[in-house]
Amino acid sequence: MEMDQYLDVFLDESRDHLKTMNDGLLALENEPGEISVVQEIFRGAHTLKGMSATMGYSDMAELTHKLENVLDALRNNELPVTTRAVDILLQGADELEAMIENISDGGDGSRDVSRVVSGLHILVNGEADVPSEKGRSEGSVQLNEYEKTVVEQALDQGNSAFRIRVVLREDCLLKAARVFMVFEVLEGAGEVIQAVPSVEKLEEEEFDSEFSVVVISQEEGQRIEERILKVSEIEAVEIEEVGTESKSTALSATPKKEAKAEGPERPVTARKGLQTIRVNIERLDKLMNLFEELVIDKGRLEKISREIGSGDLTETVERVARVSGDIQEMILTLRMVPIEQVFGRFPKMVRDLAKDLEKEVKLNISGGETELDRTVVDEIGDPLVHLLRNSLDHGIESPELRKSKGKPREGTVNLKAFYSGNHVLIEIQDDGAGINRESVLRKALENNVVTETEAETLSDREVYELLFASGFSTAEAISDISGRGVGLDVVKNKIESLGGRVQVDSDPGNGTTFTIQLPLTLSIIAAMLVEVGKETYAVPLSSIVEIAVIPEEEIFTPHKQQMIDFRGKMVPVISLRHVFGVPEQANTSGSYPVVIIRKGDKLAGLLVDAFVGHQEVVMKSLGNYLPEIFGISGATILGDGQVALIIDCNTLIH
Amino acid sequence: METEMKAIVFQLNDEEYGVDILQVRSIEKLQAITRVPKAPHFVNGVINLRGIITPVIDLRKRFSLEERDETEDTRIIIVQVSETEVGLIVDGATDVIDIPEGAIEPPADIVGGVKAEYLRGVAKLENRLLIMLNLEKVLNPEEIEELKVLEENEHGAV
Repeated sequence: MEMDQYLDVFLDESRDHLKTMNDGLLALENEPGEISVVQEIFRGAHTLKGMSATMGYSDMAELTHKLENVLDALRNNELPVTTRAVDILLQGADELEAMIENISDGGDGSRDVSRVVSGLHILVNGEADVPSEKGRSEGSVQLNEYEKTVVEQALDQGNSAFRIRVVLREDCLLKAARVFMVFEVLEGAGEVIQAVPSVEKLEEEEFDSEFSVVVISQEEGQRIEERILKVSEIEAVEIEEVGTESKSTALSATPKKEAKAEGPERPVTARKGLQTIRVNIERLDKLMNLFEELVIDKGRLEKISREIGSGDLTETVERVARVSGDIQEMILTLRMVPIEQVFGRFPKMVRDLAKDLEKEVKLNISGGETELDRTVVDEIGDPLVHLLRNSLDHGIESPELRKSKGKPREGTVNLKAFYSGNHVLIEIQDDGAGINRESVLRKALENNVVTETEAETLSDREVYELLFASGFSTAEAISDISGRGVGLDVVKNKIESLGGRVQVDSDPGNGTTFTIQLPLTLSIIAAMLVEVGKETYAVPLSSIVEIAVIPEEEIFTPHKQQMIDFRGKMVPVISLRHVFGVPEQANTSGSYPVVIIRKGDKLAGLLVDAFVGHQEVVMKSLGNYLPEIFGISGATILGDGQVALIIDCNTLIH
Repeated sequence: METEMKAIVFQLNDEEYGVDILQVRSIEKLQAITRVPKAPHFVNGVINLRGIITPVIDLRKRFSLEERDETEDTRIIIVQVSETEVGLIVDGATDVIDIPEGAIEPPADIVGGVKAEYLRGVAKLENRLLIMLNLEKVLNPEEIEELKVLEENEHGAV
C-alpha cells in the first residue's frame, strides 16, 4: 500500500503521542491517584495503536494494545498505580520509542518486545499464564456489554441485527465518501451500533479497504445488501444475521477496552479545537529564503527611493517596508516552536539518571511554552542534556551527604526558560554542592589550562569559566554519565554556533546555575553597518552596547594595548583596520568612531572609520569552502548587491 | 565507441586549461569582490551570486603563477565539487570542446607551473594542449587547512 506519504505524519504524530504518554506516566508516578492522567495516557496509547495498525506496524500495534490493557485496568481501579506498574509502562514507552526511531530510520518497526509484554501480562493477570490473544483479528466486530444488551433488546422487539462486512475496491479513490454513502444506506435502514474501525477512523480513511458494522434493522438482510451494493466502488458485501444462537460466539468475549476506547470517538461530528496543519519544515525554510531575497530588495528599494526623493515613491516604499516587517514577524513565528519539545524528554531522563546515580532528584520545569526558532530547538537538546547530566552528576550530592549538610535528601534541579528582550534565556539551577574553586583550579593547573600566576589573579567567575575550557572535566571519577570524553567546551561551542552564550554562576555549598542565552531567530539580525577603509562590515546589534566618537587624545596606550575610558571603565580598543588588515590609509581627522561591544561581562571598543547606519540584514554563511574565518560569522547582501561581512564579536573579545 | 567528455576551456597566463563541464555551474563576468580578511591568500573574497555568497579564488595565486592584471576578458567560472561551490578567476573562458577520454594523458611532474597533483592529465588535441584540472584536489578543504597552517607559521613570527 502507498503509505510513504503518510510516514512523516505518522512519525510526527507518534512522537507526540509517545510524549503525552511519557509525560503522563511521570505525572502519574507523582500523583498515583490522578485517574484523569491515566485517561490521557490511555488516549495516547490508543491512538498509537490505531495509527500503527493502519500503517501496518504490527509489533507496535501489538505492544500498544498490551499497554492499553494495563492502562484500562488502572483507570478502572482494577489495578493499583504502583511504581512497578509505572516502570513497566515506561519500559513499554521506551520500546515504542525505539520502534518509532527504527521506522524513522527506514526500518519496519519490528522489535522483540516479549519481555515488556510478559511484564504487562503479569501486571494485569498476576503470575498466571495468559492465553494468547493472537487469534483476535483486527477488523472483526466484537460487542461490549452495552451493545450486547442493545442487540438483545432489539432482537426481543422483533428487529434483526446484522453483522455486515463491506469491502471497497482496491482502486477506490474516495474511500471516505463511499463510507459515508454506505452509512447513509445503513442509517436509512436502521441503526448502526458499532463500526470497526471506528466511524471517525473510517471518515479519515484510516483503514485498508474493508470495514465491519453491526446494524439493527427491521428490514431483511438481503435488501440491505442490495442497497449497499448500489454504492459505487464496492467490491463485496457480506451480511450475516446476528441471532441469539450466535451470541455465544459473536457476542461473547468482549474485551472492554475496545468498547471504552471507541466510545468517546463515536460522535460523528468531530469536535475540533485549534485548527492546525502540519507543514514540512523544508517549505518554511524555502519561504524564509524567498523572504530573505525580498528583504534584500526592500533594502535596495529604500535606497533608491531616498535617492530619487519622490514623495509618492517614498510613501509606497515605506508601506512595503512596513508590511514586509509584519510578514517577517509572521514567518519567524511560523518557524517558532515551544521549547517544551525538548524539555519534554527531560523528566524521564532525569528520573532514570537519578536512579542510576542513586540520588534523589526533583526536576522542576517552567517556561516550556517559550518559543524559539525550530533550528535552535533542534540543536539545543544535546547541550541541555549535557548540562543536566552535569548538574545531576557533579552538582547534586548523594542523599546521605545532603542530609549531613542539613539539606533535604532530595535535590532540586530547576529548568527554566523565559524571554528577555530579543533573547531567550534558559536556566539550569541546582541546589547541589556548587563549584569548588580550589578543585577547578587544581584541575586547570594539571591540564595546563592556566598558569600558577594566572590562577591566583582569577576572579571566581573566571575560574568557573574554566569549566568550559577544552579538555576540562572535574569529575573525580570517570562515570558513565558525564565522563564520555566530551567536556563542557562542546556545550559552549554548540551554543555559540547558535549565536548564543552560556554562563555559569555558583554559590559554593548551595548550588550552581548555568544560564544559556539564545537569539530568538537566526537568519535575520539587526546590525550596525560600519565602514573601515572602503570596506563595509556589519556588527550585530545584539553585541553592541553603545556607539561613540572618541577624540584621539582619549585613547590611551598603556601597555601596547590601546584603551579608552568608557563610563569610568577601562576598555581595550580593537582596531578593525589592524585586525582585518584593511589596505587603505587610516583617517587622521583627530577623532574616531568606536563601537562598544560586549561578550558576557567583557567590553571592547571596535575602532572603525565611519558609521553607516542600522539595518536588518540576512545572515548567510560564507559557504563550505570557507568554513571558519577568524572574527567573521557570516556575510550579508546589502541593498546595492554588495557583500558585507558580519563581525563575530565573540571571537574578537577574549 | 570511445567515451567523450565535454570541457570548458579557459586561459591562464597563456596556457589553456580545461575543466569538466559537469562541474561548471556558470561563467560570470568579473564583479565586485568583497575581501575576506584572514582567509587563505589565494581567496580573493566573496561575491553575491544571485543571492548566494560564493567564495572566489585566484587560480594564479593558488598555483603560485606569475600575477597579471585583470582585463575585459577576465571571467569567474563558478564550479561545484560535491557540496562546495567556488568561483575561479581566469583570464578568459573561450570554448567548449569534446575530448575523447583516450586523449588525456597522465601529467608530468609540473605542467605550465602547476603541480601534477592538481591535474587530471594533459589532453592532446590536434594542435592544442589542454591542462585538465583536478578540481576535487584543487578545492579540497583539508588542503586549505594545511595551507592555512603553513601560512600562519610563516607569519607566526610577527
